[in-house]
Amino acid sequence: MPQIIVENLVKTYRVALRQPGFWGAVRGLAVRQHREVRALDGISFTLEAGELVGYIGPNGAGKSTTVKILGGILVPDSGRCEVLGRVPWRQRTRHVQDIGVVFGQRTQLWWDLPVIESFELLRDIYRVPGASYAAMLEELTALLDLAPLLDVPERQMSLGQRMRCDLAASLLHAPPILFLDEPTIGLDAVSKLAVRDFIRRINRERGATVILTTHDMDDIEALCSRVMVIGDGHIISDGTLDDLRRTVGARRCLVIDLDEGAGEVIDPDAEVRCCEGNRVQLYFDPERVSAAELISRVTARYPVRDLFVENPPIEETIARLYAGVRV
Amino acid sequence: MKAYLAVMKVRFVALLQYRAAAIAGLFCQTFFGLVMVMIYAAFYRSSSHVQPLSLAQVVTYIWLGQALYHLQPWGVDGELAGTIRNGNIAYEMLRPLDLYTYLYVRCIALRTAPTLLRAVPMAVIAFIAFGMQPPPSLTSGLAFLFALVGAVLLASALTLIMTMSLLWTLSGEGVLYLVGTAAMFFSGMILPLLLFPDWAQGILSLLPFRGVIDAPFRLYLGQLPPDAVVGVVAHQLVWIAVLILFGRWLLARGCRRLVVQGG
Repeated sequence: MPQIIVENLVKTYRVALRQPGFWGAVRGLAVRQHREVRALDGISFTLEAGELVGYIGPNGAGKSTTVKILGGILVPDSGRCEVLGRVPWRQRTRHVQDIGVVFGQRTQLWWDLPVIESFELLRDIYRVPGASYAAMLEELTALLDLAPLLDVPERQMSLGQRMRCDLAASLLHAPPILFLDEPTIGLDAVSKLAVRDFIRRINRERGATVILTTHDMDDIEALCSRVMVIGDGHIISDGTLDDLRRTVGARRCLVIDLDEGAGEVIDPDAEVRCCEGNRVQLYFDPERVSAAELISRVTARYPVRDLFVENPPIEETIARLYAGVRV
Repeated sequence: MKAYLAVMKVRFVALLQYRAAAIAGLFCQTFFGLVMVMIYAAFYRSSSHVQPLSLAQVVTYIWLGQALYHLQPWGVDGELAGTIRNGNIAYEMLRPLDLYTYLYVRCIALRTAPTLLRAVPMAVIAFIAFGMQPPPSLTSGLAFLFALVGAVLLASALTLIMTMSLLWTLSGEGVLYLVGTAAMFFSGMILPLLLFPDWAQGILSLLPFRGVIDAPFRLYLGQLPPDAVVGVVAHQLVWIAVLILFGRWLLARGCRRLVVQGG
């Protein structure tokens, strides 16, 4: 039995249209026009306990809307959604006891309270027994290096410090499911690594199910065994990273270093990606031409010093997927 | 229950921190109180009619009003309004709490903490310098305090409904001004309700607003006998129940159409 079931979820927002300019604003006082924006247009997926899933898509694709529905905050227009057998928005208070949520762009800490007091308030709100709270706090303090931050109010923290505290805040009640909405947004490299490492450990050691939305493809490559891509309210791809690469086309890249002044490389089955100095990068489709054949052709015709084959970076794969949706 | 008390305590303590605002408010209210006292003094001197309240009673009424100025439902919790505007309300909805009760206890903190901070010094100043009188008997004083508890709950329920209007109009200033002004006017804060014309008395006594200011104040003055507290509290309780039911209905509707602002 999957832990999370989403079937044919639809959510539409109604947006008031505004006429441009002053007279437009005046007209808007009398006549309001509305436009329907379909944020989710029938998405379906299921999640098993303990999965760590990347949920990615361009801005405005419907990622946050999905998370908000799963969290019980938004009510969808239609479709089915069950988390641990419960409908989030119908059994909201019971449901939220079992989930932890971090919205990277917001904070759940009280801005003028020392963090430890925010934590204690959350302990009371979630009715966490004293002993489990103490143990959890100790563990989280060690994992996220919070000791020097506990007396600091949120308003005085850097983004990275705040994010670590927010992550801890979402876990104090030991929820089996975690929704992380862009938890690495705006973080520097060190903080990003710390957050990533923490997410991995929570998933591996506590067996928490994690849905991670992000724009950082390194997050995905580092953490996620499964990736769901959403675009324009549809799930356009769902599978492993390799699956994802295959869906977009198994385009690979041949990087060739030529001898000084050898110029360019032209082959009927390959497309030049770029030329920098003596380095030429070629895209090729392994369905059309095998790597071995292309390499032997190129080495026969050009003065090759070195070459290697690589998979295109995940950003590019995703960008192509998004582009496919938009067209 | 513990959870709600914890929330209320945190908000209460946070609101107690605004001491500079309280001191500024104290000056402001002393000034307005004095202006009102002078107006009423002139008004009483120039009228030969017998008024339902003596000048001394009106003066005490005015200073009580200035001391408990923040009890009346004008203005909403700025922090709460902010969370609705910027979408942080999402986090409040992620808590295993009844959302209405959660917001209600926050409103109670909003109505009580600033009031507490100002009421005592204002009353002390008014007693010493500006002719405020104690209640005529201990029972009158107790009846007043009893009605004050009802006033807090009533004012908080009204505040919460004002806050919820923000779910529909994000800026919300229209509704806030409208309800805030109505509350100020019909509660007796500007003019003690007894001084309104006779034809207005019926409707004034039905409206909820008198339960916040006028009714408790009349108990204080002894203008209403102490045992009238039963009627006052009954009126408050009926309105509290009505406003809570209405507020819950409003909140349920508001949440269904809620667009959590921001990505």
